[in-house]
Amino acid sequence: MLANPKQLDPPTDDIRWRFVQAAMRRNGFRRSALIETLHAVQEAFGCLDEDALRYVATSLSVPLSQVYGVSTFYHLFSLKPAGRHTCVICTGTACYIKGGPQLLETVRNAFDIKPGETTADGQLSLLTARCVGACGLAPVAVFDGEVLGNLTTEKTLESLANWSQNDA
Amino acid sequence: MHDQLAKITAREEAEAQKFDHTLKVCVAASCLSSQSDQVVAALKEQIEAQELPATCQAKGVGCLGLCSRGPLVAVSHREQAAETLYEQITPDHAPSLVEAAAAGRIVADLVCPTDTPFFQRQTKIVLENSGAIDPERIEEYVAADGYQGLLKAVTEMAPAQVIDEILRSGLRGRGGGGYPTGLKWTTVAKADANQTKYVICNADEGDPGAFMDRSVLESDPHRILEGMTIAGYAIGASKGYIYVRGEYPLAVERLKKAINQARRLGVLGSGICGTTFNFQIEIRLGAGAFVCGEETALIASIEGKRGTPRPRPPYPAELGLWGEPTLINNVETFANVPPIIRRGGDWYAAIGTDKSRGTKVFALAGTIANTGLIEVPMGIPLREIIDEIGGGIPGGRPVKAVQTGGPSGGCIPAAYLDTPVDYESLVNLGSIMGSGGMIVMDESTNMVDVARYFMEFCMTESCGKCVPCRVGTVQMYHLLDKIHRGKATRKDLVLLEKLCQMVRETSLCGLGQTAPNPVNSTLRYFRQEYLDLLTDDPVENPSEVPA
Repeated sequence: MLANPKQLDPPTDDIRWRFVQAAMRRNGFRRSALIETLHAVQEAFGCLDEDALRYVATSLSVPLSQVYGVSTFYHLFSLKPAGRHTCVICTGTACYIKGGPQLLETVRNAFDIKPGETTADGQLSLLTARCVGACGLAPVAVFDGEVLGNLTTEKTLESLANWSQNDA
Repeated sequence: MHDQLAKITAREEAEAQKFDHTLKVCVAASCLSSQSDQVVAALKEQIEAQELPATCQAKGVGCLGLCSRGPLVAVSHREQAAETLYEQITPDHAPSLVEAAAAGRIVADLVCPTDTPFFQRQTKIVLENSGAIDPERIEEYVAADGYQGLLKAVTEMAPAQVIDEILRSGLRGRGGGGYPTGLKWTTVAKADANQTKYVICNADEGDPGAFMDRSVLESDPHRILEGMTIAGYAIGASKGYIYVRGEYPLAVERLKKAINQARRLGVLGSGICGTTFNFQIEIRLGAGAFVCGEETALIASIEGKRGTPRPRPPYPAELGLWGEPTLINNVETFANVPPIIRRGGDWYAAIGTDKSRGTKVFALAGTIANTGLIEVPMGIPLREIIDEIGGGIPGGRPVKAVQTGGPSGGCIPAAYLDTPVDYESLVNLGSIMGSGGMIVMDESTNMVDVARYFMEFCMTESCGKCVPCRVGTVQMYHLLDKIHRGKATRKDLVLLEKLCQMVRETSLCGLGQTAPNPVNSTLRYFRQEYLDLLTDDPVENPSEVPA
């Protein structure tokens, strides 16, 4: 547990770095705060880019290799920017036996993307989750943070279509 | 502190007496995703609009249990003990609900009957406050005997007496393993007193199909804080961590709020309850790795590293977080601690069976009429859970199998439904208690497909540290997929069974050791489904399946 009292200048003067700095300061710049800090970066910027990884590594005195290792180990961290909207399909057991795979197939075919990918126009990211814990409502998907349950393929496509309409 | 808690209780009771009618809306994750927060807002608005704020109140409470009928609203009246439960309430129902509640009437077509086994057959200890109190107010927890256990522990009992009480209760780890909680506490307590010790609450509920811990954290967060603090006192620790899944933002938010409230009240932090005992709790966020439910991987993750397990022994009780003795228990285990201290270990030991005491919370899901959260005494037959509490499969179709224990568990066929639910009986059937997910399947579910599903899960979640798990799960997945596609031969099945044994015996941690369980249990009870899909063996497979 080496403390690094020196606060380094962020790579850009983007105001969102202050949020990241605050997270590191709260944890006393300890090496163990790596995951907390990466959560802060992801929350502020939506993903972890190379600048961010280097900055976090230097600030917390953690080898860059370890920062990269942690960032790629955990599913919630993403090194690529997400689309404007995200659609997370639950692949938990209850959803699986109640038609989750069909929902996933529908979205895949409709937008021609695989889970973990973003459409070419940057509008939609398709993700899967290992059970969002709302099994009573299976099958479930999370659209931009909002959990929708008892979904059918029609309802899923309808919700996704609503987005493109609202954005237009 | 005693007076302070009594004062809060009295104030809360007086406050509750002011209202003739109370409308309690479930604001736990499941109902919340059906917009129950808008129901609370609409009810409050209606109470104002109908000029009833003096006699009526609407508030959010924790999980009311029957998730499939949400959003749920429970209406209670001051002079009556009985509550009326309403189901599938939308903001549009608010005017009629408020009007009826104020007049003491019932809106018949929205009522959810509560005289059913789902509500009558449960024994609530862990969930006693769920659906009764507002999870965001410490005052309501205190009024429901909250923090009395902690107060009793730190002011009237020596640490060894606290551990004795837990030993006497017979409580076993609710995370799945079933290790006696009292023994674990004893080991950590015996470690060198000069060492710093830690308490960790494992809230990394990763089994797909399990949402018990989430519900407890969201419905009654103070219960976990109290349980952890009592544990800290008993083993001589002054610092605790709650490791919560990153997928549970609502639970994290409520825990944070609860920690601040508890500090302000003096039941957490420095000088707890006016004694010299100090205990701090910090939240650590997971980031989506199933393997972090394994205790050594969880510790690595709290230390800011990749969540990879290490060989045990040494167990975390000797060599845990930062190399210090560490006590790790699951959410439900800690939730059982305050009532045990408050009411005594003997009271708890009287519930359940000889070897499995107390109650267990299950998340009922799958093809079953009543999905939701239930708490039942240990030893209850599976059939009673499925057919009576769960209401059976919609349409009266027969049950094919029940899956318990998630990816580490197995499928129990309908023929064994009369088995009592306790740790040993489930292991004998080739499954495990697990953390409490219970998924019911009917004839439409193919067992090879289920085994393949769980293997895909283990394959993706394998951390990659040890070879048997990293390579073995991939090979087993491909074999299962081949069988499922009808391309496999008898040889493949033999290979699969060999691999199962190898991975089970040589993997480093629980993830790999238990990964073959779903395959083994489906092979044990549903072997014919595998054989039907093989292409080459006319003896075992008379009806050739076209490749």
